[in-house]
Amino acid sequence: MTTSSEDVLLSVGYVRYKKGDGTLYVMNQRLAWMLENRDTVAVSHKYADIKTQKISPAGKPKVQLQVVLHDGTCSTFHFVNPAGAEAQAKDRDQVKSLLQNLLPKFKRQIDGELEMKSRLLSLHPTLKHLYEDLVISKVISSEEYWNTPTLKHYTDSSNIKQEAGVSGAFLADIQPQTDGCNGLKYNLTQDIIDAIFKTYPAVRKKHIDYVPNKMTEAEFWTKFFQSHYFHRDRIASSSSKDLFGECAKMDDQAIASAMKHTPLDLTVDIPQFIEPVPLLPTEDDAPHEKERGDSTSIHRNMIKRFNQHSIMVLKASHKTNSSNSNSSSKTTNNNNKVVENGVRETNGVPEKRPVEDKCSTEPVEKKKRILEKIHYEDLADTNTNQDAQELKLSKVERYLLGPASQMSQTTNTANPPPLSALASICQAWSSGQQCSRPVRVGAGAAVGALGELSPGGALMRHQHAACMAQLIPTDIKAELHRLYLSGGELLRELWRCFPQPGSTTDTEDTTARAEKFYEALLRFRNVKLRPFEEKMLRDLTPLATTLTKHMNQMIDTAFAKYAVWQQRQAKLR
Amino acid sequence: MKLTVDGLLVYFPYDYIYPEQYAYMLELKRALDAKGHGLLEMPSGTGKTISLLSLIVAYMIQNPHHVRKLIYCSRTVPEIEKVVEELKNLIKYYEKCQGEKPNLTGVVLSSRKNLCIHPEVSREREGKLVDGKCHSLTASYIRERHERDNSVNICQFYEGFNREGKESMLPYGVYTIDDLKQYGADRNWCPYFLSRFAVVHAEIVVYSYHYLLDPKVAELVSRELQREAAVVFDEAHNIDTVCIDSLSARLTRRTLDKSAAALQQLEKQVAQIREEDAARLTAEYEQMVEGLREAAAARETDTILGNPILPDEVLNEVVPGNIRNAEHFLGFLKRFLEYLKTRLRVQHVVQESPAGFLKDLSARVCIERKPLRFCASRLAALLRTLQVPDPSSFAPLTLITHLATLVATYTKGFVIIVEPFDDKTPTVSNPILHFSCMDSSIAMRPVFARFQTVIITSGTLSPLDMYPKILDFNPVVMSSFTMTLARPCLLPMIVSKGSDQVAISSKYETREDVAVIRNYGQLLVEISACVPDGVVCFFTSYLYLESVVGAWYDQGVVANLQKHKLLFIETQDSAETSFALINYIKACESGRGGVLLAVARGKVSEGVDFEQHLGRAVLMFGIPYVFTHSRILKARLEYLRDNFQIRENDFLTFDAMRHAAQCVGRVLRGKTDYGIMIFADKRFSRADKRTRLPRWIQEHLRDSLCNLSTEEAVQICKRWLRQMAQPFTREDQLGVSLLTLQQLQSQEQQEKIEKQVIQK
Repeated sequence: MTTSSEDVLLSVGYVRYKKGDGTLYVMNQRLAWMLENRDTVAVSHKYADIKTQKISPAGKPKVQLQVVLHDGTCSTFHFVNPAGAEAQAKDRDQVKSLLQNLLPKFKRQIDGELEMKSRLLSLHPTLKHLYEDLVISKVISSEEYWNTPTLKHYTDSSNIKQEAGVSGAFLADIQPQTDGCNGLKYNLTQDIIDAIFKTYPAVRKKHIDYVPNKMTEAEFWTKFFQSHYFHRDRIASSSSKDLFGECAKMDDQAIASAMKHTPLDLTVDIPQFIEPVPLLPTEDDAPHEKERGDSTSIHRNMIKRFNQHSIMVLKASHKTNSSNSNSSSKTTNNNNKVVENGVRETNGVPEKRPVEDKCSTEPVEKKKRILEKIHYEDLADTNTNQDAQELKLSKVERYLLGPASQMSQTTNTANPPPLSALASICQAWSSGQQCSRPVRVGAGAAVGALGELSPGGALMRHQHAACMAQLIPTDIKAELHRLYLSGGELLRELWRCFPQPGSTTDTEDTTARAEKFYEALLRFRNVKLRPFEEKMLRDLTPLATTLTKHMNQMIDTAFAKYAVWQQRQAKLR
Repeated sequence: MKLTVDGLLVYFPYDYIYPEQYAYMLELKRALDAKGHGLLEMPSGTGKTISLLSLIVAYMIQNPHHVRKLIYCSRTVPEIEKVVEELKNLIKYYEKCQGEKPNLTGVVLSSRKNLCIHPEVSREREGKLVDGKCHSLTASYIRERHERDNSVNICQFYEGFNREGKESMLPYGVYTIDDLKQYGADRNWCPYFLSRFAVVHAEIVVYSYHYLLDPKVAELVSRELQREAAVVFDEAHNIDTVCIDSLSARLTRRTLDKSAAALQQLEKQVAQIREEDAARLTAEYEQMVEGLREAAAARETDTILGNPILPDEVLNEVVPGNIRNAEHFLGFLKRFLEYLKTRLRVQHVVQESPAGFLKDLSARVCIERKPLRFCASRLAALLRTLQVPDPSSFAPLTLITHLATLVATYTKGFVIIVEPFDDKTPTVSNPILHFSCMDSSIAMRPVFARFQTVIITSGTLSPLDMYPKILDFNPVVMSSFTMTLARPCLLPMIVSKGSDQVAISSKYETREDVAVIRNYGQLLVEISACVPDGVVCFFTSYLYLESVVGAWYDQGVVANLQKHKLLFIETQDSAETSFALINYIKACESGRGGVLLAVARGKVSEGVDFEQHLGRAVLMFGIPYVFTHSRILKARLEYLRDNFQIRENDFLTFDAMRHAAQCVGRVLRGKTDYGIMIFADKRFSRADKRTRLPRWIQEHLRDSLCNLSTEEAVQICKRWLRQMAQPFTREDQLGVSLLTLQQLQSQEQQEKIEKQVIQK
C-alpha cells in the first residue's frame, strides 16, 4: 500500500515474526515486515515510533532483533536463514547497523513546548489534577493556567537539566539473595550498572573489552560479583586470574595521580603542618611495618577502598554536574580573574620576580583562605553582601510542599489537606508579593506558632484533627485535597492582582486580571465547590459543612477584599 | 573600636567585641602588669588570637620599656600563618586610625622548606632535603671554595643577603611567609636567613613551638632574645608533650646500622684528609685544646642543629682529651655504638635510669660520662672540619650523639627502656631503645626563667590546675572563660546506651563486643541521617578504628552510612588522609554530606578545623585514654606520682579528657557556628570525667543530657537542629554575646564580665 512511494533500503528474507515466516524491509520512513507470499504489510513501525532496538546476545541459539516502541510494546523478529547461524547473525547485524543509523534521525520532533507541557502533566500528578479541575472544567483558560507562577516554576526549572549523581551506597544496594541451593542472586538494574560504570571507569573499560566478544553480559557481572573488587574485605590475590585484579591497580594509580595533582588546601595539608626538626630522622623514616597481622592489613586495605569509593563517587557526580553548573562556575571564574589582575597591579616590580611565576595565583588563593579562616563575621561591621549561590530545584513541589506531601499524592492517603493548602498559601506570600523576604514575625515566634498550631499544640487542643482524618473516607479526602489545590491556586492569583501596600501603580492590566480571576473563582465555586458540598450533604451529613468551611472562608475573604478594592477603585475614578 | 582595658588604650580592629574577649584582655593585662606567667582558657572561636595580639601590641606601644617583644608560638604552620594575618589586620587598623604605621616589625619564622626561594632547592617537597641542599650551597667552606673556583655552586640569595641584608633592618610592618619571600625575591635576599636575622630585632615574632622549646633549634634561633618579652603559647594543651618529645630519643636497629655505615664513611674521610691535608685536622685539634669550640659556630649557615641539651647544662670547658683527636673520637663513637648494639640484643624488656646506664657503660666499654657529654658538639665540629656538603646523610649518627649527650647530662627525670619486640607481635624481633624524658618541666623551666611573661592559652586547658603542676611554674593569673551565647549553639550529649539499652563503652573488656560496635554503628547511622552536611567521628585509637570499620562492613553499617553520606576515613598515611580530607570537604560543600572517621590524638584531631557545615556533629566513640600498657607512660606516671604528687588515674583521665575536648572542639569555631557534640561512652557521665571537660562545654551539658540512649539523642538533635536553622542575626547577639563600645562601657556590663571570669 504505502511501499510504492518509499525506497526500500534493505530487504531480508527468512525472518520469522509471530510464527510466520516472511521478509523484513528496512525503508526510508519505517520498518516493515510482510508475510511470505502476501502483499500486505503485516508489521509496520515508523522510525519515529521506535524507541530502541535490542539484539539477542551472541551465544544464544536464536538470532533475534527486537524493536521497542515508545508506547512500550515491542516486536521481535527472529532470523531463520537456512544457511546457518552465521548467516542469520549477518542478516541481523545488517539490519541492526542500518537501524542504528536511521533511528536517531527520526527522534521525535513534535512541537517541543507542547511535549514539555504534556510531559510535565504526566510527570506531576498535582499539576494534572489542577489542569483537569481548572482548565478542563473551564474555570480558567489554558493560557492563564500555564502562566500561573507555580507552573512557571516547573517550566523554568525543567529547562535546566540536572543529572542525578551516584548514590554512595549503590554497591551495597545490590543485596544478594540466596536462591535456595547454595547460590547467590544479585539483582542488577540498568541504574546500578550505570552507576558502576560512572564511578569505576576501569570496570567500564573491562566491560567494553570483554562483552560481548569474550563473555556474555551475565558472565561478566558474575565475575564482577565474585571478584575481590566487589568484596572489599578480600585481599587482592596476586594471581592474574581475577578479571578485576588490575582494575584495583588502575584505581590506585588514578587516585595516586589525582593525589599528586590536586593542590591541597593549606588547612588540610597534614604533611606540611609540622615543622620538622632539621637533620634528624623523622618518624616517617622508620620502615613501614608491613608485617603486621593479616587481619589489620585487610582492614587497612578496606579503609583505603572506602576512601577511594567515596572519592570516585564524588568525582562521578562532579563530572555530570560540571556541565550544567555553567552559570555559577562562570561567576567564580570572573572573580578569580579579578583577583589575579589585582595582584598583577600590586606587584609592581615585575622584573625581579624569579620565583613563583608559574603559580602566582597560589599565594593569593592561600591568602584568601587564611583571611576567610580568621574572619569573624559577627565582629566585623559591614556585611558586604556576597554572591549568594543560586538555588536550583528540579522538583519544585518537593521544596514547596515537602517530600511527605509528594508521597501522599502518589498514594493518595494520609496528610490532611489543610497543611498543603497552608504551604501553598505561604508560597503565595513569598512568591506572589515581590518583596524579597517579607518579615512579618520573627523566626522564633513563627516556629512557636507552628508548634502551637500543630496537633497537640495549645491552639489545636479542641480540634479533632486525628479523628477527622479517620472519619473521612480516603476518596473524599483526595477530592478535598484537589479542591484545595485548585482553589488555592486561584486564590493566590487573585491576591496577587491586588496592589502591593507600597506600590501606587495599579494599572488597567491588574484590574482586568483581578476581574478575570474573581470570575474564575466564582466559577470555581459554582462548578466545583457547590457540587462537592451537595455531595457531602448527601453522603457525610455530620461533617459536610465543616469540611468546606475553611475553603469557603478563604474564598469569602478574598471576595471581601476584592469588593473593598473595587469600591476604592471606583472612588478614585 | 578603641577601648580601654584597665586604663590601657587598646585598638581592636573590629566594630564589635565579645564580652569574653574583653575579660580575657583584662586578665592578660594583669599578667603583664605583674610581670608573671599566666594560664588562660578560652573557647575556640571566640577570637583568642586577636585579643592577645591587640592587647599585647597596645601594651608594647604604651609601655615600651616594660615589654619589648612579643613572641607568639603556635603549633602548626596554618595556625602560624593565621596569626600573622591577624596581626597584619591589626597593624592595618592602627594605620587607618593613626594615619601612620606603628613602629613595630612583625616577622614570621618558618623552616627553610617554607621560606626558600632558590629555584632548584625550593622545588624539593621534603624539609630534610631542602635543609641539606641549602647547607650544601651556603656552608662557609663551600663559599670559600667558590671564591677560588667559580664552578662550585652557591646560593645567590644567601650571598645577596650576606652582602647587603645585614646592614639594614626590615622596614616597619608585618611580614607573612609570602611577604618575606616577595621581599627577598625583590632584593635578591634569602628570606630564611633574613627572617632569622630579623627575629632578633623584630618586636613581634611568630613561630613554632620548637624554636623556643627544643634546645637543638632554640640554641640557633632564639639565643639572643631579650628578657623583657611576652611569650605566648597558643593551642598549648599539648605543650607538655612537645617538651618531652624535644628531649627524648628513640633508637631502632636500623638507626644503629645506618650509623655504623656513616661512621665507616667518616673514618675513610678522616684518613683521606689525614693524608692530603693533615693541617686541617691539626688545626681542629688545636681549637679543641684552646676551647674554641664556638669559634667556627659563629657562622650561621654551618650549623643546622645545635646542642640537644638546655643551655644552662652546657659545660663551659674544653673538650676532654680523649676525643679531641678525630680518629680517637671516631673510635670512641664506635665503642659506644657497639655497646648500644649489645643493649639492643636483649630478649626481655629492660628499664633503667641514666645513672645505671652510665655505670654499665663505663664498666663494659670504659666510656666515661664527661666525654660523652661533648659527643654532640664534637660530632658537629668534626662534620664542619671535614666539610661534609650534605650533613643530612649523617642524621642517624647525629641522633646517636644526641642520645649520648642527653644521657650523660641528665640523670633525673629520664628513663631508658629497651623493648626487644612490639607487645602485639612478640615473635617478631624489633628492638627499640627509648630514651625518654618524663618531666615536661625540664624543657619548660628555662623559658619561664628567661622571659618575664609567659602566657599559656588554649581552648581546652581544663582542669587548669594540672598545668602548673606538670610544667612546674607559678602563674599569676589562671582563668577559664566561658562563651556567652545568644543561642545554645553547642549541644553536648552523653550517649551511654544503644537503642537496645546495652551500655556502650570503649573500655577494654567491652570494646570488641559485637553489641557495643553495633550500637556505635547504629548511633552514627542515625546521626548521619538527621544531621546535615558534615559529621566527624573520633575513635580512641587507630587499631580500634580499623577493627570497628571491619565489623561495620560485616554488619552492613557501612552500607547504611553510605546511603546517607559519603564515607571518609583517616589513615596512617598523612598524604592519603589529606586527600581524603579535601574530598570530604568537597562532599560537604557539594551538599552530599560526608562522614569522616578519625582518631583522637591523630593528625586530624590536632590540626584540622571543621567549621560551619564541615562539622555539624562530632562523635567521640569512647574515652581516648592513652595506651596504658606503654612502659614509657608507666614510667612517666610513676615519676609524676613520686615527684609531683599527681595520682596515676588523675593524670590519665586528665590526658584523656583534654584529648576528648580537643576532638569535639574541632566543630565549633565561632559563635555563628553550631555543632552537636556526642560523647558516646557510659563512663563520660561519671563526675570525674564530666567535671574535667572545659567549662564552656560543661555549662551546656545539663544533667538531662548525660545518660541518653541513641533514640533520645537523635530526637534531641532533630529538635535542636530545627532551632539552629532559624536565621541568626547580629541583633540577636547584640548585648548578650556581642557588644558595641557603648554597651561595653556600661557599668552593668562591666560587672557582668567581672563575674564571668572564673579564677582559680
